[in-house]
Amino acid sequence: MTTLNVSLLRQDFPILQQTVHGKPLIYLDSAATSQKPETVLRALDTYYRTTNANIHRGVYQLAEQATEEYERARKKIQKFINAKSWREIVWTRNATEALNLIAYTWGRQNIRAGDELVISMLEHHSNIVPWQLLAQAQGATLKHIPADAQGQLALDQLDQIITPKTKLVAVTMMSNVTGAITPLDPIMARARAVGAVTVIDAAQSAPHMPLDVQKLDCDFLAFSGHKMLGPFVGVLYGKKALLEAMPPFLGGGDMIRQVRLYDSSWNDLPYKFEAGTPAIAEAIGLGAAVDYLNALGMENVRAHEMELTAYCLAKLAEVPKLRVLGPTNVAERGGLAAFEMQNIHPHDIAGMLDRDAICIRAGHHCAQPLHDFYDLSATARASFYVYNTPAEIDQLVVALRKVSQTFK
Amino acid sequence: MDDLYKEVILDHYQHPHNQGSLPDATNSYEDSNPLCGDKIRMDLKIENGIVTDVKFLGRGCAISQAAASMLTDEIKGKSLEEIRRIDTRAVLDLIGLTLGPSRVKCALLPLKVIKAGAYGIHAAEDEEE
Repeated sequence: MTTLNVSLLRQDFPILQQTVHGKPLIYLDSAATSQKPETVLRALDTYYRTTNANIHRGVYQLAEQATEEYERARKKIQKFINAKSWREIVWTRNATEALNLIAYTWGRQNIRAGDELVISMLEHHSNIVPWQLLAQAQGATLKHIPADAQGQLALDQLDQIITPKTKLVAVTMMSNVTGAITPLDPIMARARAVGAVTVIDAAQSAPHMPLDVQKLDCDFLAFSGHKMLGPFVGVLYGKKALLEAMPPFLGGGDMIRQVRLYDSSWNDLPYKFEAGTPAIAEAIGLGAAVDYLNALGMENVRAHEMELTAYCLAKLAEVPKLRVLGPTNVAERGGLAAFEMQNIHPHDIAGMLDRDAICIRAGHHCAQPLHDFYDLSATARASFYVYNTPAEIDQLVVALRKVSQTFK
Repeated sequence: MDDLYKEVILDHYQHPHNQGSLPDATNSYEDSNPLCGDKIRMDLKIENGIVTDVKFLGRGCAISQAAASMLTDEIKGKSLEEIRRIDTRAVLDLIGLTLGPSRVKCALLPLKVIKAGAYGIHAAEDEEE
C-alpha cells in the first residue's frame, strides 16, 4: 500500500477533526484549496507572535530575523522546484497573479500585432484570460491546442498550431478538470524550435508530484501555495535572463534601487518584481508547507494519489449512469475525478453530498471553454490529497448511489 | 429521503409545469447562472398589464428548474405590479426550503428572468416613468 501513513498524518490537520451536520468532514476538494497542517499554522502564528517586522530595511535584530526567515523560505521553494537560483523565485499573491505578471511585463514588452499566442482547450481561466487581454491589447492572435475524447491534449496538429509566428506557448501541466497530465515534451520541443517562450501552469501539479524546472526547461512556471498545504501566497519561477530583461510589474517600495523626482532605477532580481511589503508570514508559512511535503516525499505523495485515484475510478464505475472525465490510465492523470451523472445536475449532486459532510465541487471549475468543448454545462469534481483515504471514497460512492436513487 | 429534495421539488423538476415556448409571446428573456450553467428562458404573454400565459425552457439543477416551474404557475393571471412584489422570501417560501447563499442564486434565477422580461415591457408601456 501507500508509504504515507495517512491515518497518522491526518492528525496533523486540525480542520479534519471537525464534524459537519453531525458527521465527520470528508474533504474532497483539494484542487480548489488544500487544508493546512499544524506546522504551517504554527509558522504563521509564531511569525506574528515573535518575529514580525518589516523586511529588507530594518537594522534591528527582529527585522533581520524576519528577513532571514522570509528569504530562507524563498530558497526552500527554489530547491523544491530545482531552480538554478533563488533570484528566479518571485513571490506573488497566487498562480493567477504570476501568470498576469508574465502577460503584463514580458507580454506587453515583446508581443506585437500579428504575433501568435498558443494556449490549450483544457486551460483554467487564469491561464486563458491574461493571454486574451494581451492578445487584444497588442493585436496578437490567440490559438488553442485542442483536446481529445480522453480529456488529453491532441498533438497531431501541433506543428500547424505552433508556428514560427508563435511567440508564447502557455499550457497546464495537469488539467484541473480532466486530470490529464500534459505530454509536455513534444509541446516544449516544438515551442523551442520556433523560438517561443514557454509558460507552465503548475497549480495542479506542483502540490502533487515531483517537479524539476531544469528537466522541464520551461521559461516560466506558476503555482499557488494554498493548493499545497500552504497559505495564500504564490510563486512565479522565471529564467534569470528573461526576468532581467523584463520591465517591472507593480511599482513602489523595495523594487527600486534609487528613486529620483521623475524616474527610478530597479532593484536586483527577484525584488524588481516584489513591490511593497509582501505577504511575509505567508511566504514563511509556505516554506513550512514545503518542509512538510519534503518530509513526506513528493514521489510518495504522487504514489498515494495514484492509488486513491485508481480505487476511486473503479468504485465510481459501480455507480449507474455516472461518467468520469479524463484518461482511464492513472499514470496519465492526477488525483482528481470530474464526473457527470445522467440527468442529475452537479449542483444537486454536491448539495446532497453536503448533507453527508462530503465536500466536492460543482460547476465549470474555472474552465468554461473546456466544458463548452466537451458540450457539458457543468460537472462535479472530487479531488484528493495526502490526507484522503479509501474509506472516504467508499463514503463518496455510498452518497452518490443515494443521489442516483433520489433522482431516478 | 433527504429533506433538501422534497418530493414536490423532484416532481416539478421531473415533470415541469408550463414547459415550452410561446410563439405569440409579448416578452421573452433568457439568463444563466455562470456559477454552474443553470439557464432559464421565459416566454411571457402580457395583455393589459396581466400575464395571461407563460412558458419556460431551461436546463440546470433541480432547484432552479423547480423554482421556474413553480413560478410560472404563480404568475399566471397576475399583474405586473403583483409580480414586481415577489421577492427572495416569496420564492423560498414557494420552494419550501432553507438554502445556502450559493443555492439561493439557483432559486432566484427564474424570478430574475421573469422580472427582466416584465420590467422590459413595463418601461415601454409607461413612458411617464
